[in-house]
Formats: sequence, C-alpha cells, structure tokens
Amino acid sequence: MIPISWYLILAAALFSIGLFGVLARKNAVAILLGVELMLNAVNINLVTFWRYNAPAEVTGQVFAIIVFAVAAAEVAVGLALIISIYRNRNTIVADDLDLMKW
Amino acid sequence: MEFWKDPITTIFDSLLKSFTSGGMTEDLATVLIYLIGILAFISFAMVLDIFLVWVERKVVARFQDRLGPNRIGPFGIFQPFADIVKLLIKEDITPFGADVVLFNLAPIFSLMSVLLLWAIMPFAPKMVGVDLNVGMLYLVAAGSIGTLSVIMAGWSSNNKYALMGAFRTVAQMVSYEIPMVAALLVVTVLAGTMGAVGIVEAQEAVPFIILSPLAFLIFLISAIAELGRSPFDLNEAESEIVAGFHTEYTGMKFGLFYAGELLHSFTFGGFIALLFFGGHRLFGLENLGPLVGALIFMGKALFFYWVIMWVKYTVPRIRVDHMLAFNWKFLTPLAFILLMVTALVGRIFLHSPWLAPALFISNILIAWLTIEYLKSHARKERDQAEASGSAPATATQH
Amino acid sequence: MTFTQVLFLIFAAIILGSAFMVVTTKKMIHAAFWLITTLFGVAALYAMLNAGFLAMVQIVVYVGAIAILFIFAIMLTRKDLRDSDTPLNKNWGVAALIGFLSFGGLLTILNNWTGLLKEAPELSSGMDTISDLGVALLSPNAYLLPFEVASVLLLAALIGSVYVANQAKSE
Repeated sequence: MIPISWYLILAAALFSIGLFGVLARKNAVAILLGVELMLNAVNINLVTFWRYNAPAEVTGQVFAIIVFAVAAAEVAVGLALIISIYRNRNTIVADDLDLMKW
Repeated sequence: MEFWKDPITTIFDSLLKSFTSGGMTEDLATVLIYLIGILAFISFAMVLDIFLVWVERKVVARFQDRLGPNRIGPFGIFQPFADIVKLLIKEDITPFGADVVLFNLAPIFSLMSVLLLWAIMPFAPKMVGVDLNVGMLYLVAAGSIGTLSVIMAGWSSNNKYALMGAFRTVAQMVSYEIPMVAALLVVTVLAGTMGAVGIVEAQEAVPFIILSPLAFLIFLISAIAELGRSPFDLNEAESEIVAGFHTEYTGMKFGLFYAGELLHSFTFGGFIALLFFGGHRLFGLENLGPLVGALIFMGKALFFYWVIMWVKYTVPRIRVDHMLAFNWKFLTPLAFILLMVTALVGRIFLHSPWLAPALFISNILIAWLTIEYLKSHARKERDQAEASGSAPATATQH
Repeated sequence: MTFTQVLFLIFAAIILGSAFMVVTTKKMIHAAFWLITTLFGVAALYAMLNAGFLAMVQIVVYVGAIAILFIFAIMLTRKDLRDSDTPLNKNWGVAALIGFLSFGGLLTILNNWTGLLKEAPELSSGMDTISDLGVALLSPNAYLLPFEVASVLLLAALIGSVYVANQAKSE
C-alpha cells in the first residue's frame, strides 16, 4: 500500500511548480495555467485526506467539488478579462500591463 | 455447458489456470489476461469497423438510388479491404509548418475516445468490460477527449480551414453536451444508478423509451450532433471549408478519423439500445444465453446505427447560427424541463403502480405543449414579418 | 514495491513532468496540452484513491471545459501562434527560489508531522460513495447551502465573463 506521505509530497511539489509558474511566466494566460496547477495540488490533498482519514464521511469530496466549481468560475472570468485586455491594449504580457503602476 | 452461461469468466479461469501452472504469480497472470482481453476486444471493434464501412457505403448507395460497391466479393463485401489498401499506399503528407507531434497524436486520440466507450458497454449480463458506477459520466468524459482530438487536429494542421472546422466542432460538441447530459440524467433518475449494467437491469419490466420518449429524442439529436454527422456536419462542410479539421490528413491518418467516426456512430447506436431499449432484451429471447443476448444487443446497435445514417442522408446541413440557436433556445430548456418533470413525477408516484403511465403521459404533455408553443411563436413571427414587409426572420427554424 | 506503488510512481512522474513543461515551455498551446496531461494524471490519482466520481468530474470539467477554454483564449490572444520570445520574465530566478522554498517548507512541516506513514483504511464493501455524496450535497443539514452558493457563483461568473468579454467588442 501507499503511505499518505507519497501523495502529500506529490501535492507539495505540484503546488510549488504551479507557484513558480504564477511568479515567473510572462504571458497572463500562462499565469492562469499555473493557478490551475496549484488548485489541482490542493484538490489532491483534499481527496487524499478524505481517503486516509475519514472515508466514511463525504466531506473531502464535497470540498473537492466546490473547488472544481470555483476553478471553473475563476477560469471563465480570468480569461474573459484577459481577452478584454487584449482587445484594448493588444498585449497580454503581464509586465506591459502597467497602466496602474506609478 | 458452463461456457454458454458465462463465457467471459470461463475463459478467464481457464487462462488463469494455464498461466499459473507455468509458475507465474497470480497478480502478473491477471494483469496479462486483462491486457489480452483488451487487445482482443479492440481487435473485435476494429474488425467490426471494417464491416461498418461496407454497411455505410451500401446503405448510402441505396438511399441515393445507386447500387453501391458490388465488384469485390459477393455484394462487394470485400470493398473495405481495397479501401484500406488504397489508404495504406497513399503518400503520408505532413503539411509545412504543422505541429508534428500534435498532428500525429490527434487521429489516435480520436479513435481512442471511441474505443474507451467500449469498456463500459454491457453486451449481456455477464459480458461487460467493467461495470463502472459512474458509467454515464464516463460516456461524457470520453466525449470530451474527442473534442480535444478535434481541436488538436485543427490547430496543428496550420491551415485556416482546419482551424475553422475545429472551432465549429468544438462550439457544437460543447453545447450539445448539455442536453445530452440532461437526457442521461433523466435515465439516471429513472434507473436510480449511473452504471450501465444497472440501467439495463432497471429496464426489466418497461424499457425507458416508453417511460421517456422525449429523453430518447433529445439523446438521439445530441448524439448526432456529438458525432458531427449531417444535419450537424458543419465541421466538415465540404462546400464551405474543404473538409474541416481533417483537411490536411492523408492516408491512414485520415483513415483513423473516418474509422473513428463510423465506430462512434455504431457505439452511440449501442448506447441508445442500452439506455432506452433494454440492452440485450428481446421478448425473452435473451434467456437462451449471454451470447444470444450479445447478438441481440449488436443487432439493436446496428439498427440505431442505421437510424443515424438514415437521418444523415435525408436531412440537409443546417446553418451554424441555427445549429447554436436550436441547442440553446430549444433543446437545452426542453431537456431541463423534462428532467425536472421526470424528477417530480417520479417522486409523487414513487412506489405506486401508476408510475410508468404517469411518466409516459407527462412526456406526451410536455411534447404537446412544446409543439403548441412553437406554433404560436412561429405564427407571431410570421405576422411580424408580414407586417414589416421584410424577409422572414431567421429564428423560425425550430 | 507492489503493483499499485509502481503505478503511483508512473502517474506521479507524468504529473510532475508535464507540470514542469506547463510552466517552462515556450509555445503557449503546448503549455495548454501539457496541462491536459497533468489533469489526466491527477484524474488517475483520484481513481487510485477510490474517488471514481471525482476522477470523471475532473476529466469532464477540466479537460472538457477548462482546458478547451484555455486553448480558445490562447488562440484569441495571438496574432502569430508561433511564440518566439522567452516564456519567463526577468524575475524567474527569484520565482524559482520561492518555489523551492515553499516546497522545502512544506516538506519540513510534513517531516514534523506524526501521521506521515499512515496507510489507507480498508473501504467497507458495499459502501456507495456516490449516493452518499449526492445525499450530502442536497440535504439541508449537510452541504446544501455551500452547493447552492457554488452554483450562484458559477452563474455570476458566467454572466460576468460574457459581459466583460462582450463590452470590449461594442466599444
């Protein structure tokens, strides 16, 4: 059998990779991709804890489903914003979007 | 006579015995036997696919008042082999500027999305690959892999017609997924389970076509749209965008797309049979044994494959805005109303002998109300168009 | 090494490798397809954790909807789909440091935790997680309220994104 630590370490690594993507990528869409990776890492943790600690309860799965819904909402709004920005500014490189910078 | 009652388990046991007698561990033998089973199953599907090519060509010829292939073998039954040889010896072209990896992956994914569906197909009570308890969700998930393959093919071809075809297909597949899921939910509500085997078992007394004819119609329409066959074949509208997402594919890569499409139609025929027509049942004939049941199931699947072909070669292609309006303004609301009514009626008549008639009558009522509403809507629009003296509005399509 | 452990390691390698490609690859479309590979790997992990429903939802929602949305957004925000400039900004070194630090920090926390080598308890046979889940999501003394709030959030996001993406066109 697989000890719980394997899943947790995998989730931690996935989360860190996602964090790196969010901080280091230029393209705004790529930043959102990084956010997706982080959300997936969180979900792996939630489902793992459900399976290892309380498989009789469904709390962990409910949590994961709510994370799915939030991820879908986040992507829809985020991509709409990016497309809107692209139409107005003709770029989606995050560094060039400095209108609010002083 | 154990074989006739439960062929799969018998074969599995005898293989396991012969494998482990050679000193192999049981785990490894099981995995190996599963692999062999998958291979045999997929080979069966592909051989069936060859036969489907012949059926398709013969039937379309009859619809168009032609003879169809009749030169190679009796009734031209070996024509598909000639087709395959032709596809194999064609030059394999990769267009300039194409994304080679994705370009080559796309046909594989296309066929994979179909073959995945065969895993949950219950041919007979004990002849099923795997009885997933989330079977219907699995059906939708495999469909989304198909969407993915289309967008892969369209983007990687480096061709604007291919990309346009991919855009159209994705718009169509993503939107028609919603009424399809609603129809599947109606079936789930009626059967009380999402597993394919459970759904077939729940139709012991009454097949679901009688309990919910509207769900069957909605599923059929959205299945045809999901398949991208006429009247929803905008993704490969020859007169507008050459051949859509597979414009740039030649030889066997195109062959994979083509085979995938035919097998997909047949698979959806099978799903219609299992969801609404009681799977392997036919007036008690299925009691003769699982193999007879499997044959009946295949026969039903072939019949609905023929129905899908019938629609394809009878109805002309619709326009892209009509396609979307039809889904969002008509099919999706209807599917959701049907789902709510089914849930409500099912709850009120729970455990009562009036459940089946009540469901049937509620379906008829919804259909009648829909037709009345559409009639009045069309009349209003016609009056408006006549009053303003302009050309008739486009939304009367419904 | 049991069979499940080997399977887990294979999926873990797929997930981490493709996740790394997501954050470093040059072509944005490829990044989206690598993300899809990651998502499939995560779905496989859910299946290994006996959460078959979540695995299917993962594929339907993430691969069928979110990834397609990403691909569309990438195509809509590019004139030339062949990206040529560097994918990372000038702070990537700091970002890598922060990434390593967060991984190290999480590892340290995990290391000090006592339940680390816990094994999964056996699932009682005949337990139907899906119906339990369905009942829990729709019963008022369980999770009906969060479920409804989530659906309202989705509706708000739908209307909001249509509004935001449409507004620019009408200007």
